[in-house]
Amino acid sequence: MSAPLAVFEPGGDAATALYIVAFSLFIIGIKQGTHPTTAKRGNLVAAVGMAIAVVTTLMLDGIGNWGLIIGALVVGSAIGIVASIRVQMTEMPQMVALYNGVGGGAVALIAWSEIRHGISIGEDLPLDILIPILFSAVVGSISFWGSNIAFAKLQDLIPTRPLAVPGQQVINALLLIGILAACTVTAINHDDPSQGLFIAILLAAALLGNLVVLPIGGADMPVVISLLNAFTGLAAAAAGFALDNVALIVAGTLVGSSGTILTLEMATAMNRSVANILFAGFGGAPSGGGGGSGEERPHVSIGAQDAAIKLAYADSVVIVPGYGLAVAQAQHAIKEVADELEKRGVTVSYAIHPVAGRMPGHMNVLLAEADVPYEQLKEMEEINPEMSRTDVAVVVGANDVTNPAAKNDPDSPIAGMPIIEVSEAQQVIVIKRSLSPGFAGIDNDLFYEPNTSMVFSDAKAAASEIAAEIQQL
Amino acid sequence: MDLMTKITIFVLAVFVGFEVISKVPTTLHTPLMSQTNAIHGIVMLGGLIVAGYADDGLEYAIGAIAIAFGAINIVGGFMVTDRMLGMFSKKPKPKAGAGGKGGGT
Repeated sequence: MSAPLAVFEPGGDAATALYIVAFSLFIIGIKQGTHPTTAKRGNLVAAVGMAIAVVTTLMLDGIGNWGLIIGALVVGSAIGIVASIRVQMTEMPQMVALYNGVGGGAVALIAWSEIRHGISIGEDLPLDILIPILFSAVVGSISFWGSNIAFAKLQDLIPTRPLAVPGQQVINALLLIGILAACTVTAINHDDPSQGLFIAILLAAALLGNLVVLPIGGADMPVVISLLNAFTGLAAAAAGFALDNVALIVAGTLVGSSGTILTLEMATAMNRSVANILFAGFGGAPSGGGGGSGEERPHVSIGAQDAAIKLAYADSVVIVPGYGLAVAQAQHAIKEVADELEKRGVTVSYAIHPVAGRMPGHMNVLLAEADVPYEQLKEMEEINPEMSRTDVAVVVGANDVTNPAAKNDPDSPIAGMPIIEVSEAQQVIVIKRSLSPGFAGIDNDLFYEPNTSMVFSDAKAAASEIAAEIQQL
Repeated sequence: MDLMTKITIFVLAVFVGFEVISKVPTTLHTPLMSQTNAIHGIVMLGGLIVAGYADDGLEYAIGAIAIAFGAINIVGGFMVTDRMLGMFSKKPKPKAGAGGKGGGT
C-alpha cells in the first residue's frame, strides 16, 4: 500500500512551505473580500489556497488507502456541489449552519482517531498534543450538534421558538463540569488514556451542543451560527496543534477571529450580551403573547391602493426590510415597488439594520439578488439623520428594530437597542400580517402612532399589489 | 514544531485575523461568513492524514466520514460564496424596463 505520489516528508520543509503558501492565500482572499468588486476574486484565491493544501497533504510520504480517500472526496464534493447550486439565497443561514456542522463533525472525528491511534500504538500522548485533541473533540462535537439544531430550526424542521426543559441551566452547567472533569482525568492519565472515557466526553459534548442551542429562538440564530463558526475554527486550529500543521493552525485561527468579530458585532447591534443571547431563552417568556394583550389600541389600517398613493406622491421613500421580508421571500416584489417609484422620480433608499435578516449582511445579499444597487443600501447610522426629511418610511417585515420604545421607554426589554428611527419620518407604512408582537414579545408603539398606517398582509403579496397600483396611477 | 512556536503562530494569526476581518463591510458579512466557513473545511487535511495512514476498520470509517464532511464543507462553502458574490457584481446590466427578474442559479 505505498503511495504513488509520495513526494513530501510529513512535517518536512517542502510540505510546510506549501502550507505557508496556502494560508497566505487564505489571508489575501479574505482581504480582497473587503470590497464587492474584488470579493469574488478573493474567494477564488482562497479556494486555490485550499487546493494547494489538499494536494500537498495527498503527496505526503506514506499516505495510502487511495480508493477510500478518493471515494470519500467524490461523495463529499458531490453533496457540496449539489447543495450549493440548489440553495436559495433566503436559505443561506441554514446552509452555512450545515457546512459549519460538518466541519465541526470532521474535527471531532479526527480527534477521536488521534486518541485511538495513540492508544493502539501504546505510546504516551504528551500533554501538548493531548490537550489540543481534547479541546478539538469537545468543541467540534458541540459545534456539530449545535449547528445541526440551528439548521433544523432555520429549516423549520423543529419549532423555532425557544425549547427549554426545567432546570436547563443547571443541566448545562453540570454537563460542562462533567466534561471538564473527564478531560482532566484523561490528561492526568495521559500515558494510558481510556478510550471509553473519551467517547463519553464526545457524547456529553454532543448533548451539551443540543441543549445549548434548542432554547434559543429563531431570530437569535445568526448569532449562534456565527459563534459556532468561531468554535469550529478554533477546534480546527487545535487540531493543527495536535497534527503539527501550520495551515490548520492559521486557517482555523482566522475563522475563529472572524466568527468572534461577527458575533460581538451582532450582539452590540441587539444591545445584548452574548451570554444573554445564549442563556436567557429570550422571546420565550410571554407564552400567551401571540394575539396581543387584551386591550385593543387604536391604529390606522389601509389597503394597497392607499399605500400606493402615499408612496407615489412622495419625494423620498425609505424602505426598512426585516426578517419577515426574508421569510416571505419578498425581495423581488419590493424591488418592483422601488422601480415603479423611481420611474415617477421618487428617491428610494433601503435602511439596513445590522441584524436585519437571519445573519449579518443577509439582507444585503437578498437585496443584491433582487438587483438592488449597492449604493441604495444605507446603514442605520447613515439613514437615521435623514429620517426626519423622509416623506414615507415603509417597514416590511421588520418590527423590534423600529420600535420607538427602545429609545423612549427605559423600562422596555429592548431599551437601548439601536433602532432605525422610522417614527421620525413624515408618514410610516407598516406591512405586516397582524399587530402581533415581534420576536422580543413586546408591543410596538410605532403601530399606534398617528402618522403610521398598517397594511395587514403578507409582505410579498402586499408589495406586488402596491407595485401594480402605483403603475395604474 | 515545539509548543511555543505553535503558540506564536496562533497569536500572530489572531492579530492578522482581527486586523483583516474588521475591515470587511457589513454588506459583505454573509459572504465573509460563508467563505471563512469554507476555510475551516481545511480540517479535511486531518481526515486525509487519518485515512491515509489508517490500518483498521474503524479508522477507515472515521477517516472516510471526516473526509466526506470536510469536502462538503470546502466545496459547498466556496461554491456558495461564489454564487453569492456573483450577485453583487452583476451590476452593469442595461436597465431594460421590466427586466427585474434576475435569473437564478
